[in-house]
Amino acid sequence: MSPAVAFQDATAIVGIAQTEFAKHLEPSETELACRVIVDACADAGIDPAEVDALCSYTMEATEEVEIARNIGCREITFFGQIGYGGGAGCGVVGHAALAVASGQAEVAVAWRSRKRGSGPRPWTSTAVQLKVPGAWTRPFGLLRPVDEIAMLTRRYMHEYGATRDHLANVALAARLHANRNPAAVMYSKPLTREEYMAARWISEPLCLYDNCLETDGALACVVVSAERARDLRHPPVYVHAFAQGLPPQHQTMVNYFTDDPLEGPAWACARRLWKNAAFGPQDVDVAQIYDAFTSLVLLSLEGYGLCARGEAPGFTEDGNLEVDRGRLPVNTSGGGLSEAYVHGFNLINEGVKQLRGTSTAQVAGAETCLVTSGEGVPTSALLLRR
Amino acid sequence: MTNAAAFSGGEAANLGPSVEGFLTPVVDPESAPFWEYTDRGELRVQACDACGRFRHPPRPMCPWCRSTQRGWIPVSGRGRVWSYVVAHPPLLPPYTAFAPYNVIVVELDEDPTVRFVGNLVTGPDGRLDEIDPATIRIGEPVEVVFHRLWRQDGSSVVLPRWVRAGD
Repeated sequence: MSPAVAFQDATAIVGIAQTEFAKHLEPSETELACRVIVDACADAGIDPAEVDALCSYTMEATEEVEIARNIGCREITFFGQIGYGGGAGCGVVGHAALAVASGQAEVAVAWRSRKRGSGPRPWTSTAVQLKVPGAWTRPFGLLRPVDEIAMLTRRYMHEYGATRDHLANVALAARLHANRNPAAVMYSKPLTREEYMAARWISEPLCLYDNCLETDGALACVVVSAERARDLRHPPVYVHAFAQGLPPQHQTMVNYFTDDPLEGPAWACARRLWKNAAFGPQDVDVAQIYDAFTSLVLLSLEGYGLCARGEAPGFTEDGNLEVDRGRLPVNTSGGGLSEAYVHGFNLINEGVKQLRGTSTAQVAGAETCLVTSGEGVPTSALLLRR
Repeated sequence: MTNAAAFSGGEAANLGPSVEGFLTPVVDPESAPFWEYTDRGELRVQACDACGRFRHPPRPMCPWCRSTQRGWIPVSGRGRVWSYVVAHPPLLPPYTAFAPYNVIVVELDEDPTVRFVGNLVTGPDGRLDEIDPATIRIGEPVEVVFHRLWRQDGSSVVLPRWVRAGD
């Protein structure tokens, strides 16, 4: 058996938790992280003392030593952080699964705690972001992530005839799902196509509703072996495959300096993901696709082979991304656009909920879920199954 | 003192914003020659001495032939608009004053995979907001011009900017 085949379904996500999502939460990021990790352990029915692997993002404010001495771990034997912001999420869970599958640990926790709603916007820092590639972009006023992705979006629209209506399809599907999810920041706020079209610009061709939320919140999940998972409280959600991706000549967020900028990190990640999986894109029942900006969903649909290159605009039509009517419901919690923006960790937990059958926008009989992290940066993805 | 003269080698040097508050590039050992050439009104692109391929942004090793022998090749300064955005607030204060303004990516005639981020203006010292964004077209031909930004400490850096070809 190849190592990739041995990894398939060898581990499972058995506990998930999230804090409240809001523009401002009072507790520190460290306190939110500790609470949510303990809650995820409780969801799994595992004593936090048993946690022996801690996986997080390099942008995480709380170091492993702080988590361990707060939640009372006996011994941590695996720890690691993954870089590139929103590209990290699935990688963090993937590394947790690798640690368990290879015997480095038995109870692995992955988490993200972030006060992005009440904290500063990272792009407003002018001191630390002017090295490569920022030296080649920021002095010209390409200041924010939205500007960087708007540049790729304009080119994409030019090459494939995508319109603002296609971007709106992504935003409206996310909002529709959020309107069914009481935990979502936008739960009680419907969005119409007219409101989308009338919204103020942020960086043309992207308007306000093409941008994700700014949220305080934290999420965590617990990964154990498939064998142990069978005895726990919830039906196991297996980690079927996992991949990371960093394509040739890539520069983070500004993938303009390569032969084919529209074939970004998702494509590299997807090739490994599908190579290591026992099923293909056509077998995905529901997808959680990283949506810091609506256009990243179009790029990712193509990158992960859910549709052919250039066909994502048409793929979004006729409510195709919406639960109860679409061929591939996407971001069923509301995602980063309408539930919460916590560097994509809510997409992972929503994938778990779908396969437990407990989503507020449940896809009937969902057996497989693709979860992706940020396109446009070195990225990662998970294939989950029940 | 020019930006390049202020660069002492080894570490990247962040000399702070321009007197107007615009961000200025951090110069590191790999990029220093680029800014030395723009200071003289020349656009040059790093290229591999061994296989001849251009690469941008600059770096120590050629990713195609792995040579670390490298130099700086003059280019025509002509290219085409590959994409563009129109930035609206919230922005950093000095940029807000010019919003909405364009930022473009230009692909060079010599090698369309060599792309520069810049601004479309009517002349070297034109305002960021002087071109009507509705008139910008992907594929339209542009030419480089050079704009000097002065810093508080008296140093300066010259940014490549772009005007419509023939203007």
